[in-house]
Amino acid sequence: MTVGLFVTCLVDLTRPTVGFATVKLLRDAGCKVSVPKAQTCCGQPAYNSGDNPDARAIAEKVIKAFEGFDYVVAPSGSCAGMIRHHYPSLFAADPEMASRATALAGRTFELVSFLADVLKVENLEAAYDGTATYHDSCSSLREMGVKEQPRALLAQVKGMTLTEAPESETCCGFGGLFCVKYPDISGHMVDAKVDDIMATGADTLLAGDLGCLMNIAGRLHRRGSKIRVRHIAEVLAGMTEGPPLGEPAEKGKRLKEAG
Amino acid sequence: MESTTAAFRENAAKALGDAKLRDALSKLADGFPARRREAMARLPEFEALRDAARDIKDHVLANLDFYLEAFEARVVEAGGTVHWCRTAAEARTAILRICKLAGAKTVTKGKSMIGEEIAINEHLEEHGIEPVETDLGEYIIQLRHEPPSHIIAPAIHLSKEQVADTFREKHRHLSPGRSLDEPRALLDEARNELRQKFIGADVGLTGANMLIAETGSIVLVTNEGNADLTYSLPRVHIVIASLEKVVPTLEDATTILRVLARSATGQEMSVYTTFCTGPKREGDLDGPEAFHVVLLDNGRTEMLGGDFHEMLRCIRCGACLNHCPIYKAIGGHAYGWVYSGPMGAVLIPGLIGLEEAGHLPNASTLCGKCEDVCPVRIPLPRMLRTWRQRQFEKRLTSSVSRSGLKFWSHLARRPWLYRLVADIAVATLAVLGRSRGRFRRLPLAGGWTKLRDLPAPEEGGTFISRYHRAGHGDGA
Repeated sequence: MTVGLFVTCLVDLTRPTVGFATVKLLRDAGCKVSVPKAQTCCGQPAYNSGDNPDARAIAEKVIKAFEGFDYVVAPSGSCAGMIRHHYPSLFAADPEMASRATALAGRTFELVSFLADVLKVENLEAAYDGTATYHDSCSSLREMGVKEQPRALLAQVKGMTLTEAPESETCCGFGGLFCVKYPDISGHMVDAKVDDIMATGADTLLAGDLGCLMNIAGRLHRRGSKIRVRHIAEVLAGMTEGPPLGEPAEKGKRLKEAG
Repeated sequence: MESTTAAFRENAAKALGDAKLRDALSKLADGFPARRREAMARLPEFEALRDAARDIKDHVLANLDFYLEAFEARVVEAGGTVHWCRTAAEARTAILRICKLAGAKTVTKGKSMIGEEIAINEHLEEHGIEPVETDLGEYIIQLRHEPPSHIIAPAIHLSKEQVADTFREKHRHLSPGRSLDEPRALLDEARNELRQKFIGADVGLTGANMLIAETGSIVLVTNEGNADLTYSLPRVHIVIASLEKVVPTLEDATTILRVLARSATGQEMSVYTTFCTGPKREGDLDGPEAFHVVLLDNGRTEMLGGDFHEMLRCIRCGACLNHCPIYKAIGGHAYGWVYSGPMGAVLIPGLIGLEEAGHLPNASTLCGKCEDVCPVRIPLPRMLRTWRQRQFEKRLTSSVSRSGLKFWSHLARRPWLYRLVADIAVATLAVLGRSRGRFRRLPLAGGWTKLRDLPAPEEGGTFISRYHRAGHGDGA
């Protein structure tokens, strides 16, 4: 089966390890993975700001670049949710594009649910030494129905203990441009999120969306916490030798390029 | 009431700095959602009931004229009168006229959000009539001259100590030695005060949770029984309700009652559920001599059939407020007008104008929790986005965010240019952030770095460049 990897702009720009981990997970499960060079962003910043013409123009590019694959997979519930749920409505006035958007939407998955629900991955090789807590990002949870899948996959990781935070389903306050437009409200929300995570005693925070992770890691660091923050794909792929999010690389150690 | 919605940012900042408010809001957010969850767990058919409630409201909205006229016919048959009011001003005029004809000096009031929407208290006061709120929460905020901060718990922003202080200040007869430490003591004190008002009132003004077309009845849902004394003791009962409150039959009303209290407070039923039909009949032991229903449109027929049509399903349970992380952070007053939370953020721009209420649809992460808990499945996040589209089309979005967005979209549509800019930006930031792995501050990123660090990009370039440079070579 062919899979087009929509890597997402945040992973592309700030955390390539997540992209390589995603490629590894998909290939290990037998997928033929392609990474179209023409990809940039899913258009969500424009869409959520009410700029539908630009969102539509970007969506058209994504549809063209990805419609040749059996599946499209993104290591983000937010970007996958954009393609799955919002692309079709963007083209309500254009039946030809609408049908192409709907076809693509039906083949688009968030990475973790794709691994668990479609590929039925059951024997991960990964190991991780630590106690992790998992944050359910809003789009993964409420748009893409991702809840049990990450827990089932993490249970296969040797050496890892998973501990639940009571408020794991509560928004972290990222919200795309929301966090810079209303920094005080967003700051209050991420503070509550950080309190909830710290109270679990976990040493690692995992999630499936880099936006939330950057937000939470940023606040954890500002508050002096040592909790390690990683995208779940890094742990599932066993690619945790590089520094956690927002931590410096050890001196003299270059990031290993995998894939 | 005057709106302060345009000052949303300042309102929110003030709320975030208010320790007493923080305390009150954390209690709310811990209480109602947990009780709703428990109530749902006790009722396996809850999801099916939500569908049924939604379908009833959809059916009503598709046949609104029919059911409203049927409702009016039944009210008239029962001896009552219906007053059709297009605007808040018309409704105020209608209510004042009825009060004056009744020679009213005092009007007792049940809790009514429509009463807040048309600012009826201020109007009555201006014309020499004393309105007395009889719902405990409403009574407290009336003493304090504050608007409600929650559609079902109007004084939720206050601690019991603040309420005790208010009573000591306003109830002059209160002996200084009397303890007001317990909620029960506060309730007793309010009851003592209100009892005389109930008996002396000339007119009772209530809202209505539903209007029933089949019988011409109105439904009142309270936990205090205050609405029952409000409508049954005075000579005249005025009901103020917006027109989407109508449901076809008693059976439909019970379906909605089954989701209403569970969604609101986690109760199976509220303590009092009252059906009032017309004035006192011959042989009735009590009840009002006259029964008036003031039906308010105030922009609702404009919403029918449009982008905000489903908002008219709302049964005002407050679940979206109780579960909203933004509401939990800032409380209801920050929204600056009668309504608040997600339902307020959708409704307010339609009622007071998008120019005035522009912040509200944007002050949301679109986390989707509100839609998740809404008993009638209103797509609130979609509607918030629709308001954002209208703002963008009308060029009400700030020029800074417009140009930022345009710049980003321009790049995102041109992969070659995007790559060029991304590679340079990422390489620069990776070098600058190498030693710490993150930034404490960064030019143009003040909104982000005010309260959190910004993780630096990994070294070695963007994923797309590294992947294709490494010769994976299968990019389209």
